[in-house]
Amino acid sequence: MIEDDEDRADALFHALADRTRRDILRRVLQGEHSVSALAKLYPMSFAAVQKHVAVLERAGLLTKRRQGREALASGDVQVVRSAGRLLSELEEVWLGRIARIDALLNQLKE
Amino acid sequence: MPVVDISKNVDALSLTIVADFAAPVQRVWELYADPRQLERVWGPPEYPATVVDHDLAPGGRVNYYMTGPDGERFYGYWQVDQVASPDHFTFADGFADSEFEPNTDLPVSENTYTFTAHAEGTRATYVTTYATAEGLQQVLDMGMVEGSTSAINQIDEFLAA
Repeated sequence: MIEDDEDRADALFHALADRTRRDILRRVLQGEHSVSALAKLYPMSFAAVQKHVAVLERAGLLTKRRQGREALASGDVQVVRSAGRLLSELEEVWLGRIARIDALLNQLKE
Repeated sequence: MPVVDISKNVDALSLTIVADFAAPVQRVWELYADPRQLERVWGPPEYPATVVDHDLAPGGRVNYYMTGPDGERFYGYWQVDQVASPDHFTFADGFADSEFEPNTDLPVSENTYTFTAHAEGTRATYVTTYATAEGLQQVLDMGMVEGSTSAINQIDEFLAA
Protein backbone atom coordinates (compact mmCIF):
# COMPACT_ATOMS: atom_id res chain seq x y z
CA MET A 1 0.00 0.00 0.00
CA ILE A 2 2.86 2.37 0.79
CA GLU A 3 5.14 2.86 -2.16
CA ASP A 4 8.47 4.06 -0.88
CA ASP A 5 10.42 5.07 2.18
CA GLU A 6 9.41 8.72 1.97
CA ASP A 7 5.74 7.79 1.96
CA ARG A 8 6.34 5.39 4.82
CA ALA A 9 8.06 8.12 6.81
CA ASP A 10 5.19 10.52 6.13
CA ALA A 11 2.67 7.94 7.33
CA LEU A 12 4.74 7.14 10.40
CA PHE A 13 5.27 10.73 11.52
CA HIS A 14 1.65 11.56 10.85
CA ALA A 15 0.56 8.53 12.89
CA LEU A 16 2.78 9.44 15.83
CA ALA A 17 1.97 13.16 15.75
CA ASP A 18 -1.25 12.67 17.69
CA ARG A 19 -1.46 12.05 21.42
CA THR A 20 -4.43 9.69 21.23
CA ARG A 21 -2.74 7.60 18.56
CA ARG A 22 0.45 7.37 20.60
CA ASP A 23 -1.62 6.21 23.55
CA ILE A 24 -3.43 3.62 21.42
CA LEU A 25 -0.08 2.40 20.08
CA ARG A 26 1.37 1.99 23.58
CA ARG A 27 -1.65 -0.08 24.57
CA VAL A 28 -1.65 -2.37 21.54
CA LEU A 29 2.12 -2.90 21.80
CA GLN A 30 1.43 -4.49 25.21
CA GLY A 31 -1.22 -6.81 23.81
CA GLU A 32 -4.22 -7.20 21.57
CA HIS A 33 -7.19 -4.89 22.21
CA SER A 34 -10.60 -4.82 20.54
CA VAL A 35 -11.34 -1.54 18.83
CA SER A 36 -14.53 -1.20 20.88
CA ALA A 37 -12.57 -1.63 24.13
CA LEU A 38 -10.12 1.05 22.96
CA ALA A 39 -13.02 3.35 22.04
CA LYS A 40 -14.29 3.27 25.62
CA LEU A 41 -10.99 4.70 26.87
CA TYR A 42 -11.25 8.03 25.09
CA PRO A 43 -13.75 10.89 25.27
CA MET A 44 -14.61 10.60 21.58
CA SER A 45 -16.87 8.63 19.31
CA PHE A 46 -16.28 5.02 18.28
CA ALA A 47 -15.89 6.23 14.68
CA ALA A 48 -13.20 8.71 15.72
CA VAL A 49 -11.21 6.01 17.53
CA GLN A 50 -11.69 3.69 14.56
CA LYS A 51 -10.16 6.41 12.38
CA HIS A 52 -7.12 6.71 14.66
CA VAL A 53 -6.67 2.93 14.51
CA ALA A 54 -6.84 3.08 10.71
CA VAL A 55 -4.10 5.75 10.60
CA LEU A 56 -1.83 3.56 12.76
CA GLU A 57 -2.62 0.58 10.55
CA ARG A 58 -1.68 2.48 7.38
CA ALA A 59 1.66 3.43 8.97
CA GLY A 60 2.35 -0.26 9.56
CA LEU A 61 2.43 0.24 13.34
CA LEU A 62 -0.66 -1.82 14.05
CA THR A 63 -2.38 -4.83 12.55
CA LYS A 64 -6.01 -5.81 12.79
CA ARG A 65 -7.82 -9.13 12.65
CA ARG A 66 -11.47 -9.98 12.95
CA GLN A 67 -12.98 -12.28 15.52
CA GLY A 68 -16.72 -12.56 15.11
CA ARG A 69 -18.06 -9.02 15.21
CA GLU A 70 -14.97 -7.66 16.93
CA ALA A 71 -11.99 -6.02 15.26
CA LEU A 72 -8.88 -6.85 17.31
CA ALA A 73 -5.84 -4.59 17.06
CA SER A 74 -2.27 -5.35 18.07
CA GLY A 75 0.98 -3.43 17.73
CA ASP A 76 3.16 -4.76 14.95
CA VAL A 77 6.40 -4.90 16.84
CA GLN A 78 8.16 -6.76 14.04
CA VAL A 79 7.76 -3.74 11.80
CA VAL A 80 9.10 -1.20 14.19
CA ARG A 81 11.62 -2.98 16.35
CA SER A 82 14.50 -5.25 15.58
CA ALA A 83 16.38 -7.43 18.02
CA GLY A 84 19.22 -4.92 17.90
CA ARG A 85 16.95 -2.13 19.04
CA LEU A 86 15.61 -4.28 21.87
CA LEU A 87 19.09 -5.07 23.10
CA SER A 88 19.90 -1.36 22.99
CA GLU A 89 16.99 -0.68 25.28
CA LEU A 90 18.13 -3.44 27.62
CA GLU A 91 21.57 -1.83 27.55
CA GLU A 92 19.99 1.41 28.81
CA VAL A 93 18.50 -0.52 31.73
CA TRP A 94 21.95 -1.88 32.55
CA LEU A 95 23.73 1.45 32.25
CA GLY A 96 21.27 2.80 34.81
CA ARG A 97 21.92 -0.13 37.15
CA ILE A 98 25.67 0.22 36.92
CA ALA A 99 25.49 3.94 37.60
CA ARG A 100 23.39 3.19 40.70
CA ILE A 101 25.80 0.48 41.89
CA ASP A 102 28.73 2.85 41.45
CA ALA A 103 26.94 5.60 43.35
CA LEU A 104 26.00 3.26 46.18
CA LEU A 105 29.53 1.85 46.49
CA ASN A 106 31.00 5.36 46.62
CA GLN A 107 28.44 6.49 49.14
CA LEU A 108 29.13 3.55 51.45
CA LYS A 109 32.85 4.23 51.34
CA GLU A 110 32.42 7.71 52.78
CA MET B 1 32.02 5.75 34.02
CA PRO B 2 32.68 2.23 35.27
CA VAL B 3 31.37 0.48 32.13
CA VAL B 4 34.29 -0.93 30.19
CA ASP B 5 32.57 -3.04 27.55
CA ILE B 6 29.15 -3.78 26.15
CA SER B 7 28.55 -6.55 23.66
CA LYS B 8 25.28 -7.50 22.09
CA ASN B 9 24.74 -10.82 20.41
CA VAL B 10 21.68 -10.30 18.26
CA ASP B 11 21.47 -13.95 17.21
CA ALA B 12 21.73 -15.28 20.75
CA LEU B 13 19.66 -12.36 22.14
CA SER B 14 22.21 -11.82 24.84
CA LEU B 15 23.70 -8.71 26.35
CA THR B 16 27.07 -8.77 28.11
CA ILE B 17 28.12 -5.78 30.17
CA VAL B 18 31.52 -5.49 31.82
CA ALA B 19 32.00 -2.85 34.51
CA ASP B 20 34.85 -2.01 36.87
CA PHE B 21 33.98 -0.88 40.36
CA ALA B 22 36.34 0.73 42.85
CA ALA B 23 35.50 -1.68 45.65
CA PRO B 24 36.67 -5.16 46.67
CA VAL B 25 34.89 -8.24 45.30
CA GLN B 26 33.34 -9.02 48.68
CA ARG B 27 31.86 -5.53 48.84
CA VAL B 28 30.29 -5.83 45.37
CA TRP B 29 28.93 -9.26 46.26
CA GLU B 30 27.14 -7.75 49.24
CA LEU B 31 25.06 -5.62 46.88
CA TYR B 32 23.37 -8.85 45.86
CA ALA B 33 23.58 -10.67 49.18
CA ASP B 34 21.82 -7.83 51.03
CA PRO B 35 18.20 -7.28 49.91
CA ARG B 36 18.19 -3.64 51.09
CA GLN B 37 21.18 -2.85 48.88
CA LEU B 38 19.83 -4.89 45.98
CA GLU B 39 16.60 -2.92 45.88
CA ARG B 40 18.56 0.33 45.69
CA VAL B 41 20.36 -0.72 42.51
CA TRP B 42 17.91 -3.01 40.71
CA GLY B 43 15.02 -0.79 39.62
CA PRO B 44 15.29 2.60 37.94
CA PRO B 45 14.13 5.63 40.00
CA GLU B 46 10.74 5.58 38.24
CA TYR B 47 10.29 1.86 39.05
CA PRO B 48 11.80 1.32 42.51
CA ALA B 49 12.22 -2.31 43.55
CA THR B 50 11.10 -3.87 46.82
CA VAL B 51 12.68 -7.22 47.71
CA VAL B 52 10.21 -9.34 49.66
CA ASP B 53 12.03 -12.67 49.95
CA HIS B 54 15.75 -13.18 49.57
CA ASP B 55 17.54 -16.52 49.56
CA LEU B 56 20.69 -16.24 47.46
CA ALA B 57 21.55 -19.94 47.60
CA PRO B 58 21.36 -22.80 45.07
CA GLY B 59 17.66 -23.53 44.54
CA GLY B 60 16.68 -20.40 46.47
CA ARG B 61 14.30 -17.66 45.47
CA VAL B 62 14.49 -13.90 45.48
CA ASN B 63 11.03 -12.34 45.16
CA TYR B 64 10.58 -8.68 44.36
CA TYR B 65 8.22 -6.18 42.87
CA MET B 66 8.77 -2.90 41.09
CA THR B 67 6.33 -0.04 41.58
CA GLY B 68 5.49 2.06 38.51
CA PRO B 69 4.82 5.81 38.42
CA ASP B 70 1.07 5.33 38.81
CA GLY B 71 1.42 2.81 41.62
CA GLU B 72 1.04 -0.40 39.64
CA ARG B 73 3.27 -3.26 40.73
CA PHE B 74 5.27 -5.59 38.51
CA TYR B 75 6.09 -8.76 40.41
CA GLY B 76 9.22 -10.71 39.59
CA TYR B 77 11.38 -13.47 40.93
CA TRP B 78 14.86 -14.89 40.65
CA GLN B 79 15.15 -18.63 40.64
CA VAL B 80 18.71 -19.00 41.85
CA ASP B 81 20.76 -21.79 40.29
CA GLN B 82 24.48 -21.70 41.10
CA VAL B 83 26.05 -19.62 43.85
CA ALA B 84 29.78 -19.38 44.49
CA SER B 85 30.20 -16.53 46.97
CA PRO B 86 31.71 -14.01 46.29
CA ASP B 87 32.70 -14.89 42.71
CA HIS B 88 29.60 -15.66 40.71
CA PHE B 89 25.96 -16.66 40.70
CA THR B 90 23.44 -17.67 38.06
CA PHE B 91 19.67 -17.30 38.07
CA ALA B 92 16.54 -17.17 35.95
CA ASP B 93 14.66 -13.84 36.18
CA GLY B 94 10.94 -14.01 35.45
CA PHE B 95 7.60 -12.38 36.11
CA ALA B 96 5.19 -13.57 38.77
CA ASP B 97 1.72 -12.91 40.11
CA SER B 98 1.20 -11.03 43.37
CA GLU B 99 1.72 -14.32 45.29
CA PHE B 100 5.08 -14.77 43.50
CA GLU B 101 3.85 -17.74 41.51
CA PRO B 102 5.86 -17.66 38.23
CA ASN B 103 3.86 -16.32 35.30
CA THR B 104 4.67 -18.87 32.62
CA ASP B 105 3.09 -16.75 29.87
CA LEU B 106 5.83 -14.17 30.26
CA PRO B 107 9.47 -14.50 29.26
CA VAL B 108 12.30 -15.60 31.52
CA SER B 109 15.89 -14.45 31.12
CA GLU B 110 18.95 -16.47 32.07
CA ASN B 111 21.58 -14.50 33.93
CA THR B 112 25.19 -15.00 34.98
CA TYR B 113 26.89 -12.44 37.20
CA THR B 114 30.64 -12.81 37.74
CA PHE B 115 32.95 -10.75 39.94
CA THR B 116 36.73 -10.90 39.79
CA ALA B 117 39.45 -8.89 41.48
CA HIS B 118 40.90 -6.42 39.00
CA ALA B 119 43.25 -3.47 39.45
CA GLU B 120 42.53 -2.96 43.15
CA GLY B 121 38.84 -3.14 42.48
CA THR B 122 36.28 -5.49 40.99
CA ARG B 123 35.49 -6.36 37.42
CA ALA B 124 31.81 -7.34 37.17
CA THR B 125 30.53 -9.22 34.12
CA TYR B 126 26.76 -9.40 33.64
CA VAL B 127 25.33 -11.69 30.98
CA THR B 128 21.59 -11.71 30.28
CA THR B 129 20.04 -13.96 27.65
CA TYR B 130 16.47 -14.12 26.35
CA ALA B 131 15.01 -17.02 24.41
CA THR B 132 13.10 -14.89 21.88
CA ALA B 133 12.93 -11.32 20.60
CA GLU B 134 9.23 -11.27 21.53
CA GLY B 135 10.18 -12.17 25.08
CA LEU B 136 12.63 -9.31 25.35
CA GLN B 137 10.07 -7.00 23.78
CA GLN B 138 7.53 -7.92 26.44
CA VAL B 139 9.98 -7.32 29.25
CA LEU B 140 10.86 -3.88 27.94
CA ASP B 141 7.21 -3.00 27.42
CA MET B 142 6.32 -4.04 30.95
CA GLY B 143 8.03 -1.07 32.43
CA MET B 144 11.73 -1.76 32.54
CA VAL B 145 12.11 1.37 30.43
CA GLU B 146 9.86 4.33 30.05
CA GLY B 147 7.20 3.32 27.56
CA SER B 148 6.49 6.85 26.49
CA THR B 149 9.81 7.28 24.74
CA SER B 150 9.95 3.90 23.06
CA ALA B 151 7.39 4.70 20.36
CA ILE B 152 9.41 7.76 19.41
CA ASN B 153 12.69 5.86 19.52
CA GLN B 154 11.31 3.49 16.94
CA ILE B 155 11.30 6.17 14.26
CA ASP B 156 14.93 5.94 13.21
CA GLU B 157 14.75 2.15 13.15
CA PHE B 158 11.72 2.36 10.92
CA LEU B 159 13.38 4.84 8.59
CA ALA B 160 16.49 2.70 8.37
CA ALA B 161 14.52 -0.42 7.45
